[in-house]
Formats: sequence, C-alpha cells, structure tokens
Amino acid sequence: MTMPAISPDNVKMLPTTAAPVVAMRPKRAPRADRFLKIARATAVRVIPPLIVLALLMLFWELVCRRAGSTLPPPSKVFKDTRELIFDPFFDHGGIDKGLFWHLSASLQRVAYGYSLAAIAGIALGTLVGQSVWAMRGLDPLFQVLRTIPPLAWLPLALAAFRDGQPSAIFVIFITSIWPIIINTAVGIRNIPQDYRNVAAVVQLNPLEFFWKIMLPSAAPYIFTGLRIGVGLSWLAIIAAEMLIGGVGIGFFIWDAWNSSHISEIILALFYVGIIGFVLDRAIAGLGYLVTHGTSAN
Amino acid sequence: MKPYLKLDHIDKTFTRGNATTEVLKDINLNIARGEYVSIIGHSGCGKSTMLNIIAGLTGASIGCVLLEDREVNSPGPDRAVVFQNHSLLPWLTVYQNVQLGVDKVFAKSKSKAEREAWILHNLNLVQMTHAKDKRPSEISGGMKQRVGIARALAMEPKVLLLDEPFGALDALTRAHLQDSVMALHQKLGNTIVMITHDVDEAVLLSDRIVMMTNGPSATIGEVLDVPLTRPRKRLDLATDPLYLKCRKRVLEFLYERHRFVEAA
Repeated sequence: MTMPAISPDNVKMLPTTAAPVVAMRPKRAPRADRFLKIARATAVRVIPPLIVLALLMLFWELVCRRAGSTLPPPSKVFKDTRELIFDPFFDHGGIDKGLFWHLSASLQRVAYGYSLAAIAGIALGTLVGQSVWAMRGLDPLFQVLRTIPPLAWLPLALAAFRDGQPSAIFVIFITSIWPIIINTAVGIRNIPQDYRNVAAVVQLNPLEFFWKIMLPSAAPYIFTGLRIGVGLSWLAIIAAEMLIGGVGIGFFIWDAWNSSHISEIILALFYVGIIGFVLDRAIAGLGYLVTHGTSAN
Repeated sequence: MKPYLKLDHIDKTFTRGNATTEVLKDINLNIARGEYVSIIGHSGCGKSTMLNIIAGLTGASIGCVLLEDREVNSPGPDRAVVFQNHSLLPWLTVYQNVQLGVDKVFAKSKSKAEREAWILHNLNLVQMTHAKDKRPSEISGGMKQRVGIARALAMEPKVLLLDEPFGALDALTRAHLQDSVMALHQKLGNTIVMITHDVDEAVLLSDRIVMMTNGPSATIGEVLDVPLTRPRKRLDLATDPLYLKCRKRVLEFLYERHRFVEAA
C-alpha cells in the first residue's frame, strides 16, 4: 500500500462531488505505521520471555561459577560445546557423529513408531468408539495397559525383536498409541446424531461414512490425541535410546555422562526441549489446518 | 383415491429398562401424490417420532409405512428429510453439502457435468447460488435452512419430510422461507409432510392438517382439509373467512379439546 493517509487536508483538495466517496473509504495506515504495529505486537510477545531467560542465565552463571560447583555455568557450557554447536554435521564413524545425526536418528525412530501408532490408534479408536461390544471388550484392557511405563516394555521388546532398532520403535508405538485411541474413541462417540441421520438418509456405505462423516467430525478430538501422543513418544525415545545405545540423542546424553562431559549433556537437553516443542507445535498446526472452520455451530 | 404414502396401523413403544412407554398408537394416514400435509400437536405428542418412522430413521413397533405400495423400513433418499437444526456438515461448503446427496443418488444416472449442473440448479431454486463456496458457519440461520432444503430437493425425493423446518428461525425469516417453500411446492409438485407447532404456518402451507392428541399413546385426533385456493397470499389470507375458520378449528382442537398438560 503506497497510498498516503487520508487526512482532512487531502479531502479538501479534491473536487466537492468526489469528496463523500473518498471519505467513505476505510482509512489505511501507511506502511511505516503498520510495520511499527507489527513490530510492537511481536515485541510484546518476545521481550518478556527473553528477559526471563536472561535473568535465569545470570542466576545460573552466578550460582555455578563458584569453585567446586558440580555443574558448569552457561559460559563454560558454550566454551566446551562450541565445536558441537557450530559443526553439527561431522561424522567420524561409529557413534562419534555431529548432533544433527543423533537428532535425526532419534526423530526417524519417532517418525516410524509414531506413524504406526497414529494409524493403529485411529483405527482402534474408531472401532471402540463405534461398537459398544468392542468398547466393553477392549476398554478395560486399554485402561490397564496404558498405565505401564514406556521403559517397562523395552526388555520385552528386546526379547521379542532381538534388536535395538525395532525395540525402540515399538516402545514409541506403545507409548503414544493410548491417548490416540482414547481421544479418537471419544470423538467418534460424540458424532452428533444429526450427522448420522444425514448419512443414513443419503445412504452412505460404511467406508464413505468413515471418510466423509466420522473422520472430519472427530478430527478435533483425534488431533488432541495425536498431540499428546507425539509429546509422549519424544519423552519415551530419549529414555529408550539410553538403554539400547547406538546413534541417537538419548545415547548421546548417556555417553556424555559416562565421559563426564556435563556441558554436552546440557546442550543436548536444550536441543531435546526445542525439538519436543517444535513437534508439539507442528501437530497442533496440522490440526488447525485440517480442522479449520469445522467447529459445529 | 389411491394413497401414495400410507401409514398403516402404526404403534410405537419405547422400552427403557423395565419401563415401556407407548408413544404412538394406531396411526392411520393416507397421503396423495403432490399433497402438502402438516402434522401438528403439542410437544411430546410423538410427531417427530412419526416423521422419523416415515423417514425410516426409527422403526415402527407394529404396522408399516408404504410408499407407492412398497414397505419402507430403512432411511433412503426417496424420503429426504429437512432437519430442524439444518444438520449441514460444517466442514463442507454449501455446494459440497448438496453434492454429498447428489453424488450418491445419481452416481450412475447422471454424468459428472450433469450432476454439477443439477446441484447448481437446486441451489438456484432456493436462491443460494451466491454462497455456494461458503461454509455453514459463514451463513445465516435462514440460509442454512435453505441449503438444507436444496440438499433434500436435490435427491429428487418421492416425499419431502420437513421436521419443524422453520422452528429455529426468527419470525421474519420464517415468513420469507415459508413463501419460498410454498413457491417450490407450487413449481415442483412434491409430496410434503411437515411437522409443525405453528397453527398459522400449518393453515397457510397445507392441503390437510393432521392434529395429534396428547401423548402417551398419541394418535390422530382429527384431520382438517384446508380448501384454500393456491397460490396463497399471506396478506390476503389474513382476512379470508375460510382461512380464519380453519385456523379456529385447529386452535380449538389444540387449546380446548386437547389442552397441553405438563407431564409430571
């Protein structure tokens, strides 16, 4: 918008017949004004967390700088891990790789396990939500199984698969599937009778009903489950990798502890937190895109 | 006269636990092709249940519904329903909501282009072509109900079932939509069964008014012919003695002989 702001002076200069029309136009702020507005809105959201972060860092620095402190202060963390931060892509063979490779290995496991959990979870949730008998049969089982801590499954998985990789994927799967099943089932059970009546009058077959009514209607619930699930699977993979070893951010942390590289642990935790946050936002964003404008009213 | 739609000795009982409630008892009704029949009664008299039985959404306990001499006991597009709360699918656009039924009913008999033209034709009938790409949340209550009517009409139903179609609308929108439905009935000659609790609406729109007694065990108390000539004009009718007489008959039935008793 290069149009200048309409001030009373501008209007006065125009012919009198055109004046009312011009006056009716909505006023538009000039470009600089709008940028200022956006900048202000951003600043309001970004500055408070930055201030809190700076204060926490300062506190940490002060507490840990004393001699004999067990944990390194932020300045030391940065100095120790500079190489890891600025070169995440090195690969010296074995598990001596850059953080990028560790994180991508972990993310890959999560991607496999979580995708399987999403597919199986939505399918099972639909079954449980749709059929009273399936619910009666399966729900008690789900309620017991979902309380088992993720890592408790790992030995059993190792015994069954005799390999770390599929066992880790299984742990992700079994951790993230429960909230997906339960939320999908609630979503399916909450499909309004009206929509079922519409489907009945139009005579949709079960497959069409599933795609055209069930999934869109239950989508907000399903995405709630998916979002909880992705958070849990990221929690589980770190713990599982500590035990199975190999390339992965979980074992990277454990390895750093064994070599007493405390700074590396702190850096890894920082990355784990950021990625967990991004995963959560990504699923939330996807849910927003898919269910946009679909809230019943 | 051979009935087009026939309700034959319909009883309906609901059982919950040990308690059995008889909602409808011995409903007999013959409806001719092209007829506009209203069913009126106090709330709780089972008129919605009756419509659901015709639609096939609820089964009758005893008796049956015959449409062109064939028994109907499951829902289908030949008895399209316009629901009270419009029941448009909020994740589909206006066009897609109508398309859902059309694609299913005319999957084999119409080509894709023909179906598209047919959807637009029906949206045009209810004057909603301008909003075809909007979602239900973006249009007003009256418009939603128009789309609901278009969706039902587009399935080319043998009988159009209206379940209190104007109940949730404000008075002005309601009058406007009543006129539209009257014009559509005039133009297309559909057979229509409408549930209502509005006496003026029933007299204005119907050829016959079926008055229900109070439940439980509600049945048809009286059937009133409305011999007003069509097309009917709302304003002219306001002083028409025949209209007033019909209106009085229904009012007497509802408020004198079968006064609504609040269920304990």
